[in-house]
Amino acid sequence: MALDFAFWLLAIVSVAAALAVVLLRDVFRAALALVLCFIMVAGLYVTLSADFLAAVQILVYVGAIAILLILGIMLTRDVQRGSLSNKLRFPASLVALIFLGTVTFAVLNTQWVIPAGTPIEPTTATLAGQLFGENGYILTVEIAAVLLLAAIIGAIVLVREK
Amino acid sequence: MMVVPNITADAFRHFAPVASDWPGNEWWHWLVFTVIIIVFILVMVIIFIYLERRIIAWFAARIGPNRTGPFGVFQNIAAALKLLLKEGVNPTNADILIFWLAPIVVFAPVIAVFAVVPFQDGALLKDLNIGILFVIAISSISTIGVFMAGWSSGNKYSMLGAMRMIAAVVSYEIPVVLALAGVVMLAGSLSLNDIVVAQERVPFILLQPLGFLLLFVGGCAEINRSPFDLMEADSELVAGFHTEYSGIKWAMFFLGEFGEMVVMATLIATLFLGGWQGPGLPPWLWLLIKIFIVDFVMIWTRATLPRVRIDQLMALAWKFMFPLALVNLIVTAIQVLAWPDALPLYVIPINWVITVMLVLLGSKLFKLGWGRVEV
Repeated sequence: MALDFAFWLLAIVSVAAALAVVLLRDVFRAALALVLCFIMVAGLYVTLSADFLAAVQILVYVGAIAILLILGIMLTRDVQRGSLSNKLRFPASLVALIFLGTVTFAVLNTQWVIPAGTPIEPTTATLAGQLFGENGYILTVEIAAVLLLAAIIGAIVLVREK
Repeated sequence: MMVVPNITADAFRHFAPVASDWPGNEWWHWLVFTVIIIVFILVMVIIFIYLERRIIAWFAARIGPNRTGPFGVFQNIAAALKLLLKEGVNPTNADILIFWLAPIVVFAPVIAVFAVVPFQDGALLKDLNIGILFVIAISSISTIGVFMAGWSSGNKYSMLGAMRMIAAVVSYEIPVVLALAGVVMLAGSLSLNDIVVAQERVPFILLQPLGFLLLFVGGCAEINRSPFDLMEADSELVAGFHTEYSGIKWAMFFLGEFGEMVVMATLIATLFLGGWQGPGLPPWLWLLIKIFIVDFVMIWTRATLPRVRIDQLMALAWKFMFPLALVNLIVTAIQVLAWPDALPLYVIPINWVITVMLVLLGSKLFKLGWGRVEV
């Protein structure tokens, strides 16, 4: 009951916030709506007993990515004029509608497997085993780390004075 | 030989379950602790402001507020009432909606963080198993609030203050989180209650002196305590991001700022000084005593050290604290692997020697960039 209420609240607010990101003309407000959307998605993770994922979602998306985005807005010229639309407005909305239809169709026509057991309660130890233990995703984690390191070094090389 | 318990998650089973429904059922528990937390923060903020003013005055050979009530203890209540009655001015250039939301976004995370802080064994709102990660994640939301204030004020000083704040928070987040990772490895758990339980014999400040220093300095920088308060340096930026705020909205920022100070003092007391552990006195009193000790040291540094420049601020984070935090993490990882059951006591002097040597070495190698973009 309480869980249903939480789900609908989070779902409605996150969809509304996502729409606001696209529709608002003020870029800064759009970025803040995106932050709200991220937080609501983190809330949805909590209702799915994925507490670690929710904390990481807030830490990475709200604490880091959103701030970088807002810093990017600061460096944008003509930010006072807001988000301008151009000739691609109609094709873009068409593609977005087709994508929405496809995803909705796929979601409605999938047989979702719902695990019968109760969720594992202390999630962190299990997650650590999955990520770093044997038969886990250690290779993927390491590749992602190397990729990020390469990106950071690349950024430093690009902005460096000759 | 005496050993320090280096407890893994399994070892906590006999402490568990932490009474999740302590004063009755879950909703009562939620209600009681929410009220306790809000009252705790408000009272602590008032006490912190009073102490700050009195102790700073003491350091500066002044008297400080001493007229309202005995020793001036009611001065802040009078100040709060005055702020409530003041006119709230909205600047013409302000983006009113965001301008009004910003103080709430800054203050709300401060309250939320206390949900996972234990006042004694199991006495907390919710013993999340992601505890410390929750604290880091939620407190990062405050930064957005500062940015909203800086942007929506329509004032260049607010904007500059907010930009400096972001630069500081983003930089100091890294050494702080790496320092916390050392504690988490020693305790074998992210839950704050488990971390306090793991400090039963030896507080982690003895095992992790470098981590403590990094968290203290990084924490002071993140909550813009002096000497890192250049995001609201009154000689340069009027008042930083809250230049345009007045009345109750300004009071919310003030509350948020001192609330963050309470959070930081509580975190340091919980993670490094043993939280509610201590002989004789009741546990919550021990926690309070430790919080006030950390608060006193914070005021002391504020009274002693001059304000840093922005290049010094960034260089300290990236060239000094970040490498030290990495070394601290590696040393801790090796020690935890070498003694998986319990760290022997002779690790303490070893760690202190490592800390002193690293800090000396880091200071020798520390060079400022003087604003040049070079690698």
